[in-house]
Amino acid sequence: MSRTEPQALLDATGVAKSFGAVRALTDASLHVSPGEVVALMGANGAGKSTFVKIITGALRPDAGTVLIRGKPAQVGSPAQARRSGLVPVYQEPSLIPDLDVADNLRLGDTPVEPFRHWVSELGIEGLRLDHMIADLPLATLRILDLARAIAAEPDVLMLDEMTAALPTDLVEKVLKTVRGQADEGRGVIYISHRFTEIQELCDSATVLRDGRTVGDLKIEAGAEEQVVELMLGAKIDLGKAAARARHVNEGAPRLSARGLAVAPKVTDVSFDLYPGEVLGVVALEGQGQDEVFEVLSGFRKATGGTLEVDGDAVSFNHPSQAIAKGLTFVPGDRAEALMRERSVRENIALPFSARLRDWGPLKGRQERARVAHAIEKLQIDTRAQGEVQRLSGGNQQKVTIGRWLAHGVETLLLFDPTRGIDVRTKRQIYPLVRELAEQGAAVLYYTSELEEVPLACDRAVVIFNGRVVDVVDAADADEQTLMRAAYGLTEAKAAS
Amino acid sequence: MSMVRKNAWVLGLLALLAVLLIVTKLIQPSFGATGLESLARAALPFAFATAGMAIVVIVGGIDLSIASIMAVCGVTAAVLMQSMGAVPAVAITLALGGLMGAINGGLIVVTKVPDIVVTLAMLFVWEGVALLILETPGGTVAPGLRALINGSLIPFLPNALLVIVIAVALVWVPVRRSKLGLSIYAVGSDELAAFRSGVSVGWTKVAAYALAGVLAAMGGLSLIMLTGIGEPVPGPYLLASVAAVVLGGVMLGGGRGGLLGPIIAVFILRIIRTILTLANVDPNVTTIVEGVVMVAVVMLGAVLTYRGRRT
Repeated sequence: MSRTEPQALLDATGVAKSFGAVRALTDASLHVSPGEVVALMGANGAGKSTFVKIITGALRPDAGTVLIRGKPAQVGSPAQARRSGLVPVYQEPSLIPDLDVADNLRLGDTPVEPFRHWVSELGIEGLRLDHMIADLPLATLRILDLARAIAAEPDVLMLDEMTAALPTDLVEKVLKTVRGQADEGRGVIYISHRFTEIQELCDSATVLRDGRTVGDLKIEAGAEEQVVELMLGAKIDLGKAAARARHVNEGAPRLSARGLAVAPKVTDVSFDLYPGEVLGVVALEGQGQDEVFEVLSGFRKATGGTLEVDGDAVSFNHPSQAIAKGLTFVPGDRAEALMRERSVRENIALPFSARLRDWGPLKGRQERARVAHAIEKLQIDTRAQGEVQRLSGGNQQKVTIGRWLAHGVETLLLFDPTRGIDVRTKRQIYPLVRELAEQGAAVLYYTSELEEVPLACDRAVVIFNGRVVDVVDAADADEQTLMRAAYGLTEAKAAS
Repeated sequence: MSMVRKNAWVLGLLALLAVLLIVTKLIQPSFGATGLESLARAALPFAFATAGMAIVVIVGGIDLSIASIMAVCGVTAAVLMQSMGAVPAVAITLALGGLMGAINGGLIVVTKVPDIVVTLAMLFVWEGVALLILETPGGTVAPGLRALINGSLIPFLPNALLVIVIAVALVWVPVRRSKLGLSIYAVGSDELAAFRSGVSVGWTKVAAYALAGVLAAMGGLSLIMLTGIGEPVPGPYLLASVAAVVLGGVMLGGGRGGLLGPIIAVFILRIIRTILTLANVDPNVTTIVEGVVMVAVVMLGAVLTYRGRRT
């Protein structure tokens, strides 16, 4: 580590940040020298996005310093970060949709001629300054964002998943241009999930894990193995996979997808999901898993491919049709699934009363007994049962999953159910999911945390860049294999 | 081509206004310069309220207290003119309007309470303030000021209309051309993107509400110019201004539209009322017709925009 080098362009040291009781960052540091392209890496939840927000001035750190050219960065807002020499390009375009290109440039005081130069250098021809931003395709917007950032002649350029929405020819131009910027003496922070790009472009990598910087290393042959190891580290043990009889799929699949496509992100997703099985979905953020779950739950239509439920071809126009086919979606955001002001009991009973035919009070001793059983199973402190919003996030998530124990469910689509939940509660959620499967439910389980896959799943499909690139047996899948697959490193192997 | 596309809504409204004027002339052959004058005079307070409302809607908010601000400014000016000249009284009133708007905006930015809640609360606050200043209608208005909106210097172009156009242009044109104008559109269009582009979101909102306050003050002044007396109870300008803003092509979510469209829309809504009165239609039916016209025009606009996008 070379923290004391005087010519450092950016030097962030000991940055910490907490949100309430959650410590997102404990000791993060990053060092960028002139002419250097640094990859900032970390698994989901490592604190990468919080760190980025602090460096770019969108958040204030609780502790630590961010120096730009040796001076404390005035990071109160993106505008101030920009003035002190750091210009970010965020994952989502930060152009104003209802203004034209020229007005957007005026808003950020971007000089027009350099902007035009970089736009054409980056491979966009025939851009008119009176085009409305809302009328332009996403890929063009990303390029405009980058051109605008470069035209501001920053000391440090920060690119967050710059190439995620770009076609390959543009990606090459972007990498070339960014390399050129570094060769002129600028510093670049490059955040990407794509190892091939990082190897082509970056000089070094800084790896974050659990809110701290765990390593700086040179990018050279074989570096990817080291990076993967650093990202995984020695983790808190989530508990052994309970010794269980290996589930054997038999009969016909409950849900069968063939060549599912959702333009533009998802190109080819196929899998079979059997009753009694928990099928994991492994994917880095933004590889198309969101779209796949939206199609399965009827929120949007696929643009290609077929979907079969119990052998019948289906195409959902509305979530109610998916529900009628027995597909139940549990969103990653608990607030979307629960009535926050009502009691745990009411929330568990909700799907009963949502059936149009049984209005009125809960009928039948049996249903009441099942609600009571589910509450008992969830192990929720009874004092907090009066209002769901008084429960912790983890307990809320237990309610969203556990209520299906009371009702029985044919197909459960779980989207990152353990996001932001403490370890203890996580351990209580896996058996819930297993119990649902043992009852005969087919469960599709997307998780952003790879170590969960062997604990909760029977098999797992790996989605990278909109395609299923691998199907693995979850029981033997170690995390390293999954991580490599998720980063597309086995793609070539799977294709051949 | 692009000019036509960008201003399609305004051009459409102008065409609708022309048709309505012709219909008026057909129903009432004697409709002429005097008719135009009274139409423009009646539209004055509505036009100012609408212009103010349009600015806050463009920045992504809404100001439910606009009619109350008009009332406070109206009575303040009427009381001040009892003891001082018209010019200082008008200046103080405009500054007061701007201040009240800035307070609205400041509260929204600082407390992070939604615009609609803050301005609903302020509707009551300003209403009380107006009654404290003047309990019953009273005060006085400088005769010179009243004469300003009478007659027509140029034939068939009522002075009242000139007053609207000049006053609104004096406030809006410099703003629209400056970076503040861009920031107002940027914040209304996408607050996060505006923040990331370096716009100071909070100050932009305060400025937009302050501008709306100044325009509301002009509305209050125009009100006492019409009646010659200060009236502390707010008039029916709140809902009318929202209606004209929507009809005028400003998106209620913010970011899109201008001030010209809403002001033309004010005249359209006024003239529909005139036509129905002339045609001896039951006044209760009049409001139904106004509502139907509004929905129909906005729906038609949405359909045409959609078609335009697809081709």
